[in-house]
Amino acid sequence: MAKVLLKGNEALAEAALAAGCRFYSGYPITPQTEILEYLSWRMEDVGGEFIQAESELAGINMVLGAAAAGARALTTSSGPGFSLKQEGISYLVAADLPAVIVDVMRIGTGLGDISQGQGDYWQLTRGGGHGDYRTLVLAPDSVQENADMMAEAFDLAEKYRHPVLIASDAAIGQMIEAVEIPEFIEHDIDKFDWTIKGCKKGTEQRKIQNIYYTHPDYETYLADKYAEMEEQEQRYENIQVEDAELVLVAYGISSRVCREAVEAARAEGLKLGLIRPVTLWPFPVKAFEEAKAAKAFLTVEMNILGQMVDDVKLATCGKYPVDHYGSIFEIPEYDGIIEKAKEMLKKGEV
Amino acid sequence: MAKEIICAGFGGQGILTTGMILISAGMEQDKNVLFYPSYGSEMRGGTANCTVKISDKLIASPNSKHPDILLTMNTPAIDKFEERLKPGGLLLVNSSIAPDDRTYRDDITVVKVPATDIAAEVKNPKGANLVMLGALAAHSELFSVEYMEEAIVSFFEKKGKGKFNEKNVACYRRGVEGK
Repeated sequence: MAKVLLKGNEALAEAALAAGCRFYSGYPITPQTEILEYLSWRMEDVGGEFIQAESELAGINMVLGAAAAGARALTTSSGPGFSLKQEGISYLVAADLPAVIVDVMRIGTGLGDISQGQGDYWQLTRGGGHGDYRTLVLAPDSVQENADMMAEAFDLAEKYRHPVLIASDAAIGQMIEAVEIPEFIEHDIDKFDWTIKGCKKGTEQRKIQNIYYTHPDYETYLADKYAEMEEQEQRYENIQVEDAELVLVAYGISSRVCREAVEAARAEGLKLGLIRPVTLWPFPVKAFEEAKAAKAFLTVEMNILGQMVDDVKLATCGKYPVDHYGSIFEIPEYDGIIEKAKEMLKKGEV
Repeated sequence: MAKEIICAGFGGQGILTTGMILISAGMEQDKNVLFYPSYGSEMRGGTANCTVKISDKLIASPNSKHPDILLTMNTPAIDKFEERLKPGGLLLVNSSIAPDDRTYRDDITVVKVPATDIAAEVKNPKGANLVMLGALAAHSELFSVEYMEEAIVSFFEKKGKGKFNEKNVACYRRGVEGK
């Protein structure tokens, strides 16, 4: 298929349809509203259901219903709206239901504001709702990845019968790039033996409920499910990590600037590398094995608290200094990152 | 070749369309392209700007700290972005709106075009941005004058607005001439 120019949000919406998604329910909020806007007309073309719900809560719970019937169901939001969806995500997890939920991150706590941010890392990776759970989280870094990750997200959701989150951000959602939309695939909503669709008298009744009530060995089941996800689903991209003295760790919009930083630093003889987590959970611990020459690690995130620092410390068993280069109002610039890297190496922090 | 361009002016002057034409032209040449609009609590008649990047290499940030080219269509746009322009960069000024006695940095090239007046003269008042694109093509190495014209024509044709192309081309060519 030829490349077309699309906004990140639009590419994500079209790619969801290509991945067989035929149910969407959500509520508008900047900077992700283009997803709703696009699907409001486009979903009809492909014979699916688009519902602008009365709230984010309604949106996620309709997704739960559609998932229970076997549909590839999607909802999307940002910041405040994503918080409202947490209860529903916890219920999806409880009932072993697959669904894809997109958070196009914006800045701030509370209402915050509509510009780009990466402040939802903890909420995304720790299980943002109540209970003992985590979800797979994919983090696209371009309009193309916004498109490419949709089918993968639905596949993973169904493989584990578990919700999958996509951690996009306002910059990735709002920018326009040339993108190739993946081929359309058919999704058969009757392909699973656990979905509910009404049953004849005398046949076995299927139920969607908290599996805690029914599973014969719930504890082992849970432990194994998460262990398998952690082992099997770590995804990352390493850029010049092997000989790097200082390794940047960044995802999404920040990782793009870090690529630029690595190239510029190496041009002046400073060996930087970049680990780009593509899954935020499971955190790609395996990526760090390649960092054999590293003296220190620096996360670059659009938040002030350095939300990924803990994960980097765990991945490196606390053996190295880990610092954070953060910004919230502006996307970080590569020269600032290089300066911070030099400071860290000079300080003898390492 | 990596070029960074900021287009800025009033909402309604075709700023975002200008950016879209530029990345469409870049994409047709198999370049990597990126368009990032300013967005937010904007309103009609307010300011609008977008960042455009066209490159043979991967494009990193959607922002441009030091653009190569600054296409401005009003005075606030010059006030806001002139100081960020790369030394030796190209500043395109809509002299129908920016005052004649305004002074500019002396380490940049300033090209003044009465874009709004020209667009009115050719009876295509919405085409002032295309006049500016004419000046951009004539004074930069980004695209050849001929290719830029083809790209504009093809852009509007694809949008189903090919019937305006005669007047659009008239605006563009006057921009290339610069008067």
